Amino acid sequence: MNVVPRASQWGELIRPDRVHGSLYSDPAIFEAELQNIWYRIWVYVGHESEVPNANDYVVKSIGPQSVIMTRDEQGKVNLLLNRCSHRGNQVCSYDRGNARSFTCPFHSWTFANDGRLVGYAFPDGYEGQDKSKLALGRVTRVQSYRGFVFGSFAAEGPTLEEHLGGAAETIDRLVRFSPEGEVEVTAGFLKHRVKANWKFILENECDGYHPAFVHSSIFGVADSAIGKLYGGASTAVTRDYGNGHTEIDLRPEFRKRDAPMSWFGTTEERLPDYTARMKAAYGDQKAREIMIDGTPHVMIFPNLFIAEIQMFVIQPLAVDDSVQHVTALQFKGAPDMNRRLRQQTMGSVGPAGLLLADDSEMYERCHRGVLARIPEWIFLGRGERRERRDELGFKVGHVTDEIPSRGIWSHYRSLMEKP
Amino acid sequence: MLSRESSAALMGAVTAFIYKEARLQDEHAYEAWEALWTDDGIYWVPANGDDIDPEKEMSVIYDNRSRISLRIKQLLTGKRHTQTPQSRLRRLVSNIELLDEQASGDISVASNSMVFESSLRDDTIWAARNEYRLRYVDGELRMAYKKVILVNNEKALFTLSFLI
Ligand code: FES
Ligand SMILES: [Fe+2]
Repeated sequence: MNVVPRASQWGELIRPDRVHGSLYSDPAIFEAELQNIWYRIWVYVGHESEVPNANDYVVKSIGPQSVIMTRDEQGKVNLLLNRCSHRGNQVCSYDRGNARSFTCPFHSWTFANDGRLVGYAFPDGYEGQDKSKLALGRVTRVQSYRGFVFGSFAAEGPTLEEHLGGAAETIDRLVRFSPEGEVEVTAGFLKHRVKANWKFILENECDGYHPAFVHSSIFGVADSAIGKLYGGASTAVTRDYGNGHTEIDLRPEFRKRDAPMSWFGTTEERLPDYTARMKAAYGDQKAREIMIDGTPHVMIFPNLFIAEIQMFVIQPLAVDDSVQHVTALQFKGAPDMNRRLRQQTMGSVGPAGLLLADDSEMYERCHRGVLARIPEWIFLGRGERRERRDELGFKVGHVTDEIPSRGIWSHYRSLMEKP
Repeated sequence: MLSRESSAALMGAVTAFIYKEARLQDEHAYEAWEALWTDDGIYWVPANGDDIDPEKEMSVIYDNRSRISLRIKQLLTGKRHTQTPQSRLRRLVSNIELLDEQASGDISVASNSMVFESSLRDDTIWAARNEYRLRYVDGELRMAYKKVILVNNEKALFTLSFLI
């Protein structure tokens, strides 16, 4: 199509039970998404634990843009654009480190790690310039939720809490798996690149319809109990939190099992230190409830996926090019648990992962598939007639239903229609 | 056994082993490849550099012997989608060098490899330095350790689901 629809036309591409294939493949639509989604709403950037000490930095991204997350001397977390205010050179070329300042290699301008320009080479010639107007670019608004740092390029708009809405509770549910109430992101990321549109990844994260088929090769040989969670007889649900956030809520299944740590395929006995620390932190009864329920499986729109034991960050590079940054979640104060989290994460995700390699194959084949123009539409109607509302008013359906995709697209449409 | 071998003979045996391993990988001879491993085998493909601590940081692959076996079982189901159809592969192995002998008696070897993969996505070239520890078990060389250091392991990698 190569023509961005006018606000009034998005409804022609996005209907309640189907979306037009061009939404995944049209480069003009991708450009419009950068403006209306990635460069406007709250996007997850990094975790505070990645910059634990003063002057630590780590290079992150918002879409194709390189963003330096720093902790300055005052302990404040900054999101700086990796672009010299002189002539645009990237000021930081290492993935991480500890630095009070960044000196641009081109003409040696130096910026403090809070973005201020602190000096230029050969200052004569710059008489009368106002250094304060030549700082590094900053992500306009920066806010954290429980250590998760989000940025928005829009000066005005919903607060982070408003954006997270009902999905904030899933992050609360996650951090309590640490006896100290904190997640740590310390294991380094695997970066898995796919030649596919980012929205295929976004939708797949809470698609409970595919695991029985895409992952049958591993479920069959690993004698894992995961497969059943996504079967026709499962009592697990999909949920649409609004604002594009979606969840697969597996708690009904784990509550039926009534066995602490069963969600993680293990038992309290095999993690004695961890369970002791959880009980000390939360009391026996509460710890038991937490350890039965398990961690959330939630996709925070548009790019943060918490997948029980690991965290994914989706990065779009082009209409048909995306990177999945993946790492094991680590819970503060839980070394024995963390080791298992790393081992299982390494086995399942990343370029050679026993699970994710097959998911990624599906994204790439979907992407090539939608280049064929007939039948034009992607059909998302599964479970439409059996949707219901949960006690908080969020839409829920069977774990294999397409409530998450429908929720994502209805929010997407509202973002794209905004001028 | 080792001490009686001249280094030329050892080099010959090691080279033949590495060429054979390469051929089994290229031809998806999964069971024959698995049989090359010793019972304590470790198969490691680091991410984000060459010398990370795999016990603390994420690796592309960090398989102990039982996970090697699981990986092979998955491939053998024929439903590992990213290998249906199988990648067409050919690799060149070169620069084989015997390194210092290990205290354990294992033979340390290094080589370079360049793998051409043709898959549904596209054609991809992978390049790596491989480090092995080989051991004679019942008169046959076996692999106790293989570390594959991809040249581009700091970057975002496409799916790598064949035996590297
Ligand atoms: S471009 Fe950075 S100092 Fe010139
Ligand atoms: Fe999947």
